[in-house]
Amino acid sequence: MSVNIALVDRRGFLGTLFSAGAFVIGAQLLPVELDGAPTPLPDAAKAAFHPSVYLGIEPDGTVIAVAHRSEMGTGSRTALPMILADELDADWKRVRIQQAIGDKKYGDQNTDGSCSVRDFYDILRQAGAGGRLMLERAAASKWGVPPSECKAKLHQVVHTSGKTLGFGELAALAAQQPVPKKEELKLKAPSEFRYIGKDIPITDLNDLVTGRGVFGMDVKMPGMVYASIERSPVYGGKMKSYDDAEAKKVKGVIATAVIDPFKPPHLFQPLGGVAVIADNTWTAMQGRKKLKVEWDLGPHATWDSKKFKDELLETAKKPGRVVRNDGDVEAEFAKGGKIIEASYYVPHLAHAAMEPPAALAQYKDGKFEIWTATQNPQAVQDTVAAACGVKPSDVTCHVTLLGGGFGRKSKPDYVAEAAILAKKLDKPVKVVWSREEDLRFDFFHAAAGMYIKASVDQKGKPTAWLQRSVFPPIASTFAAGMEYGAPFEVGMGWNDMAFAVPNHRAENGPAKNHVRVGWMRAVANIYHAFAIHSFVDELAVAANRDRVEYLLDLLGPARNLELDKPWNNGKPISDFPYDIGRLRNVVQVAADKSGWGKRKLPEGHALGIAAHRSFLCYVACVAEVSLDAKGKAKVHRIDIVADPGMIINPDRVRAQFEGAAVFGTSIALMGEITAQNGVVEQTNFHNYPVSRMTEAPREINVHIVPSTELPAGVGEPGVPPVAPAICNALFAATGKRVRELPLKRQGLA
Amino acid sequence: MIRLKVNGASKQFDGDPDMPLLWYVRDMLEMSGTKFGCGAGLCGACTVHVNGVAQRSCVTQMKAVDGKSITTIEGLSAQGDHPVQKAWEQCNVPQCGYCQSGQIMQAASLLKEHAKPTDQQIDDAMAGNICRCGTYPRIRKAIKIAAGVQA
Repeated sequence: MSVNIALVDRRGFLGTLFSAGAFVIGAQLLPVELDGAPTPLPDAAKAAFHPSVYLGIEPDGTVIAVAHRSEMGTGSRTALPMILADELDADWKRVRIQQAIGDKKYGDQNTDGSCSVRDFYDILRQAGAGGRLMLERAAASKWGVPPSECKAKLHQVVHTSGKTLGFGELAALAAQQPVPKKEELKLKAPSEFRYIGKDIPITDLNDLVTGRGVFGMDVKMPGMVYASIERSPVYGGKMKSYDDAEAKKVKGVIATAVIDPFKPPHLFQPLGGVAVIADNTWTAMQGRKKLKVEWDLGPHATWDSKKFKDELLETAKKPGRVVRNDGDVEAEFAKGGKIIEASYYVPHLAHAAMEPPAALAQYKDGKFEIWTATQNPQAVQDTVAAACGVKPSDVTCHVTLLGGGFGRKSKPDYVAEAAILAKKLDKPVKVVWSREEDLRFDFFHAAAGMYIKASVDQKGKPTAWLQRSVFPPIASTFAAGMEYGAPFEVGMGWNDMAFAVPNHRAENGPAKNHVRVGWMRAVANIYHAFAIHSFVDELAVAANRDRVEYLLDLLGPARNLELDKPWNNGKPISDFPYDIGRLRNVVQVAADKSGWGKRKLPEGHALGIAAHRSFLCYVACVAEVSLDAKGKAKVHRIDIVADPGMIINPDRVRAQFEGAAVFGTSIALMGEITAQNGVVEQTNFHNYPVSRMTEAPREINVHIVPSTELPAGVGEPGVPPVAPAICNALFAATGKRVRELPLKRQGLA
Repeated sequence: MIRLKVNGASKQFDGDPDMPLLWYVRDMLEMSGTKFGCGAGLCGACTVHVNGVAQRSCVTQMKAVDGKSITTIEGLSAQGDHPVQKAWEQCNVPQCGYCQSGQIMQAASLLKEHAKPTDQQIDDAMAGNICRCGTYPRIRKAIKIAAGVQA
């Protein structure tokens, strides 16, 4: 990322993306119906039908690839331009990556759901191929030869006679070429790929090891001031009165300002509160500590997360809304066979990205200019517009690097805070959240209570399987009071349960939200996979069978799972079938790679397995765990096998699964948000611990199944199987069955 | 008046002596490579060298660095070619990258103390630096490469 983001008054940031002489090729030159895949997802799919400018070529031959998705560590800022550059046959060394502002013309920019490659692979290939064809035609017209004799090769067009013209030399002429139709495009055969499938270092690598990478926290502009905001300690609380006399006495404090509370539903609105504005971050924070604010804490001031947990687990024992029903579970249960049942719980969790939320906003002549770490710059436009009474088109959102996102930074409440303050103060304002605010005012991953009951035959195989899941839904973000999961929530590892059980019913019970609930890396898959794969392990143990063998038996033969109206991550099941064969394969490869049943383990160590399909990607995880001398669980090794279909940058794909193993270890061992009297109790990394080097698995082995299938997600799907694999390993090592996370709560971490 | 050196340059500070070094470096010197992660010395994102030793700048007050010499990520090497930085690039360590300035400064300090660190020494030195993306295995590998011990 270019350093000039840090000094936004300098050349480059406010200028146009391309110089006047640039040959700009966009996917808009291609017919709209190019991306023909229909999809039930409301926004993502529609937006993908409105592609726009992704590519330009400067007269000096520089290829500018526009990265329109946010970089939060997944490598999409490198992977997407790789796709474009490959089809264009550009020289990667001469490709300059420019981050796009938020603008619908780029299509969907909401960088979540592990879909950057999945949703833009075809579009970017077509944009690259279109550019290549126009360059070839330009060369043909210049030489007066048939276009068929001209071929783009590594940043130049080569004629069959051997003569060449560089991309830069052809830029002006190429811009005059007619727009190719889809039928005219010739996409490369995979054997011709120059970059796709190769390890390419991320474009920001050198910046990130030298401290030059610019994050939302790092942006600055002349005359800007810093804001720190005091918010209601309880969700939905409103300010009654405040006294800022002491705050204003702090040297360097400039002003205080009120931000109104949200109106339900909370959407991505600011929570509201009192801001202290100062001439540097620390002084703003110091001033805020001197505020005296009286709150009307509202209806959630009696909320207690311990009681809430009991409620979720109780509700899960009662019939809920049926979200899948095969056969007749009740009739089978009534037959009097052996019944196995268990309840599981996963607490609220916080994203805790290393960079707390931060945003810089400037208001001038009725328009906003924003610089921030956001996963969703178009949501920034919409949210700021709604908060400040302007049009979304009056909000320009520049996207910096993100110091982690994990879903938190697709919800731009913190950006709206900066915008509101910038307008009130008529100055550029940077809002900086502290770690305490980040943990207490997150959009938390939902706590979930689950109950599973099965009847089993004499071999221990289930003949009927009932599962109930209860969690405060993300749906409550968009419609106040929603108590049932949205289709995408029950569609994440719940009503698409994979096992070959003739009688199966999945239900979802009601729960109210007492905090803001939001999607976090892998979302509902986290708790659903934990319950289901813990239960599978319990069944295997009850049947006294090898757990891999049992799991494979339960999955049944390779086939496409038949599902009634599956959510399927918003993709047609015809394009992305639920392929049990691929799930079986990752289980077998994971068993093989981990030395399941073969490798001699140190005394006290044992293995556990779990396998889960999410984000259309098939993942199996084997964990090796022991208890140390103090009785604490130690995760020694994780073997994680993924089949995500075609991949672009293998090293970054491996990195995502390495990271997922660590993220999942945090969930299993230590992640827990609790509240008393409506107040979240966790305030920093001492009481919201996440895996450190000493707690992360020492050895993480990632194996990616080679595939030519359509690309699926990679950022999130590694997470769900990790916690159940760890807990299953712990059971195998110790005989202790953990049904409630985290292990720390049980004294086991 | 507090006098200190930052990346070799002499500086004077006459603000609140309780101000943490982190915010002086970030907001006043406008060097943003040193990151804010927790403000409580719990995550290591703000790690700098004070007289050559890794220290958390978010809990180091300005009055404690009077007369001291500070090195930030910007000053670790002139060309970004410190052995630790080179090893970091070789291993493609960063994902989001936010914590990596602190990780690199901590690792560079470790290698000054233990040129050939054991796994235990790596654990002890690096346990204070959180990476939420989970780059720990690559960090360990990169430290070993930088140290020239078998990775």
